[in-house]
Amino acid sequence: MFILKILIRNAFRYKLRTLLTILGITVAILAFGLLRTFINAWYGGVEASSASRLVTRSSISLIFHLPLSYKDKIRQVDGVKTVSWGAWFGGVYIEEKNFFANFTVDAKSYLELYPEFLLSPEEINVFLRDRKGFVAGRKLAKRFGWKIGDTVTLRGTIYPGNWDFILRGIYRGRNETIDETQFFFHWDYLNEMLKKRGSPRADQVGFYMVGITRPDRAAEVALAIDQTFKNSLAETLTETEKAFQLSFISMSETIIMAIELVSFVVIIIIIAVVANTMSMTYRERIGEYAIFKTLGYRGWRIAGMIVGESMVITLIGTFLGIALTFPVAGVVGRMLSNYFPVFNVAEEAIYMDLAASLIIGLIAAIVPTYRSIRIRIADGLRRIG
Amino acid sequence: MGVPLSYSVRNLWTRRLTTILTASGMALVVFVFAAMLMLAQGLQKTLVETGSSDNAMVIRKGSATEVQSGVDRYQASIVETQPEVAIGEDGQPFLAKEAVVIISLHKRGTKQENYITIRGIGKSSLALRPQVRLIEGRLPRLGVSELIAGRSVAERFEGSGLGETLRFGLREWKVVGVFDAGNTGFNSEVWGDADQLMQTFRRYAYSSVIFKLRDPSQFDVVKKRIENDPRLTLEAKRENRYYAEQSEMMAAFLRILGASLTIIFSLGAIIGAMITMYAAVSTRTSEIGTMRALGFQRKSILSAFLFEALLLGLIGGLIGLFFASFLRFLTVSTMNFQTFSELAFDFTLTFDIAWKAIAFSLIMGFVGGVLPAVRAARMNIIESLRAT
Amino acid sequence: MTPMVEIINVSKSYRRGNRTIPVLVDINLNIEEGEFLALMGPSGSGKSTLLNLIAALDHLDSGAIRVGGIDITALSENELAEWRAVNVGFIFQFYNLIPVLTAFENVELPLLLTGLSRRQRNEHVEMALRIVNLEERMDHYPAQLSGGEQQRVAIARAIVTDPVILVADEPTGDLDKVAAREILELMDRLNRESHKTIIMVTHDPRAAEKARVIRRLEKGFLNDVHSQDPH
Repeated sequence: MFILKILIRNAFRYKLRTLLTILGITVAILAFGLLRTFINAWYGGVEASSASRLVTRSSISLIFHLPLSYKDKIRQVDGVKTVSWGAWFGGVYIEEKNFFANFTVDAKSYLELYPEFLLSPEEINVFLRDRKGFVAGRKLAKRFGWKIGDTVTLRGTIYPGNWDFILRGIYRGRNETIDETQFFFHWDYLNEMLKKRGSPRADQVGFYMVGITRPDRAAEVALAIDQTFKNSLAETLTETEKAFQLSFISMSETIIMAIELVSFVVIIIIIAVVANTMSMTYRERIGEYAIFKTLGYRGWRIAGMIVGESMVITLIGTFLGIALTFPVAGVVGRMLSNYFPVFNVAEEAIYMDLAASLIIGLIAAIVPTYRSIRIRIADGLRRIG
Repeated sequence: MGVPLSYSVRNLWTRRLTTILTASGMALVVFVFAAMLMLAQGLQKTLVETGSSDNAMVIRKGSATEVQSGVDRYQASIVETQPEVAIGEDGQPFLAKEAVVIISLHKRGTKQENYITIRGIGKSSLALRPQVRLIEGRLPRLGVSELIAGRSVAERFEGSGLGETLRFGLREWKVVGVFDAGNTGFNSEVWGDADQLMQTFRRYAYSSVIFKLRDPSQFDVVKKRIENDPRLTLEAKRENRYYAEQSEMMAAFLRILGASLTIIFSLGAIIGAMITMYAAVSTRTSEIGTMRALGFQRKSILSAFLFEALLLGLIGGLIGLFFASFLRFLTVSTMNFQTFSELAFDFTLTFDIAWKAIAFSLIMGFVGGVLPAVRAARMNIIESLRAT
Repeated sequence: MTPMVEIINVSKSYRRGNRTIPVLVDINLNIEEGEFLALMGPSGSGKSTLLNLIAALDHLDSGAIRVGGIDITALSENELAEWRAVNVGFIFQFYNLIPVLTAFENVELPLLLTGLSRRQRNEHVEMALRIVNLEERMDHYPAQLSGGEQQRVAIARAIVTDPVILVADEPTGDLDKVAAREILELMDRLNRESHKTIIMVTHDPRAAEKARVIRRLEKGFLNDVHSQDPH
């Protein structure tokens, strides 16, 4: 690895300049990785969606409810395997900035539909038997220090009053794309109370989650469900879980696009600055390369040295940048945990980082390489002086 | 007297490409910085201007937004009898009972759904919001399925322009007018008769009651009374305060996002500036030696290079700010997480943001340039004269 | 009459690693006002070092140097800078002009350290450029001037503050024969007509011809005086 040794020594001849160049690349890669992670997080829900689940809701908007009686009709639609239902509860835990998603569900069918929420059989048993019980994701429980058996009170915003729940299960996600910050409790608990109060919201469901037998039949089953309720007082809109998640994201599309655009441009500028530096260094050493030529080195060998040195610097910077992406993403993820339950550095981001670094390294080396191959020995030697 | 300023300026000009590249890096950071601040500012400005401090808004206790709230007719009529409610020109209480829901509409030309706020209004609703003016068509008649749309909705959403028809709740609704609400959130709403809308959506309670305060300073009195009344489960806020709170979560999000992006990018820009300035010092080593030999003090050399770096930052800052100012022509519309519905707002450039952006660029220039400038100042005369 | 430059028991060495290399050993030299002295010697003999010490660019290890009666070895760094600005004119082998300043501005540079008004500065600069015969090119940048012309600008810069001594380090080293001759004649004229004290380091024998006194340095030691007739 003699060549590698020369490359590294050369790279560190101008220690400060090399260090700064490496840092520049580190920052560019870090920024890029972070932004991809960010975009990824936005699409987080989409990743975790299943192709064999449909969401049925009011065709007017999500805030309108559907009658509970629909559940039987939906079950009868061809292709439907499981029907669960629930509603967004929107409760506040102590104060509003502790925001997390909480909703009521028909527990048994819901757990059937969501095998990716891992719970021990005992936890499931106890939860199903305790009407006041609730299940929380691991990250959520950790955030507030809840233990099994704790009583947690939520202040209702849609359903007024203070509601007590007892933690009966803490679920883990089957893989890292699963949201571990959810809070769900029994539909019956809510509905019974509403009926007792004589509330018009009793027996009204926010959404139906429908499990289908074959994912490739999703479109026709969705259509069939909506047909069933067409021209009724509460028309429905059924779509795959993925489409449902995507529709939310598209509402914030402007911001996402803006971020992507800006990030690419900024990174290009940083790259340009860094490439300019590397060009500066090579320009200064043109004389040396002329000497190599007099010693008999051919053009492509010199090119190899330049590109090699460029790649060494770039790769060091890239690895540093990738390494830093994880802790930084951790910090940012915590700050934004209210908005993004899942904030992971994607594998894909890392591959893009490496690709980007390859491009940086090569582009930085192009002009100097071209010049060094073509330089005439005499001109080069004169520059040494 | 020190090294002439023209020395620094001309050196930046001589190495134009490097200067442009480095300044562009800083310009972009300043652009992102300013854009984010302008976005958060625009969001808050829109929501702060929505609503007046002379109006009180009453919603159900604990509901963060009108959509979640429910005020039944009985409770609404109790609010109506409060002495602090101003009396309108017609001798009636200057008060409106409104019902707010969210529906989904398609953007023109796409199948993309967005959630839009529909507000069921009463007779006094328009008068309670003097910022709202009808610019096309006419007001909806009571008892009929007619709507008026805010300008932002009418322009961008299918079926919501003047003369068009929206279909929901098994009924057709004709859009008979378009209103302009200035810079406020009302521009992203559609209004219609409250009773008609409540019938359609089978809502039996209003969402909120809004009234003008006879004497704005009396707000706390009526607030206390309403909130302590055992017959009521309501809370009261000044209308503008209510809307300002709607922006908090989103504004915080934009600020965190803006801050993290800016910090990381600014590191990159600073590194770029450092590389540039170190290279400048290195190339001009013999010049530095010459000037020291001629009798210029170390601090003059330091100032000259620091000035060059600051100038670089300033150029970057001005360019970035220049381009950021064009953002003012752009309207952003996105879903406000808190209200769950569309909100359109502008980028707002204030003097505060402008000087912060410039200060930021100068700081970047300084941090990038200080170490190289110190190196230049500390050079040994003889050694630097020997360099070519 | 007191000599312009008094060099008294001056020694200087450089440290390289743990070794100490003597560069100047116990130098004693007087240079009279109006003298034109050439310092010669093989490379490494210490002649440039001695020049740098006289011009207060460097510090000696032992001994003292007085220029115009002032003990420059006792001055602080800032005081030295001030002293140099007014009392020393520099002529370098590679001209050392600031590339982004015009000829006029380069010559003006030392004057910026004085308290002169703009009008006064302009007068001095124009006069200096007239002496070196470059008035018409004063708005040109160094890149637009030939080697000889650049060196003339450098000389104008060196005399513009009317310094007591001119130090020149290989002034003709980078010039062709014709330009070199022009420069040497100019320096000769400055010495004879304006009585400028000139100390020149060179190993160009033609340059040495113009000088009135030649001293040689070898391995840090000063050899005997060789006076020569003004040709």
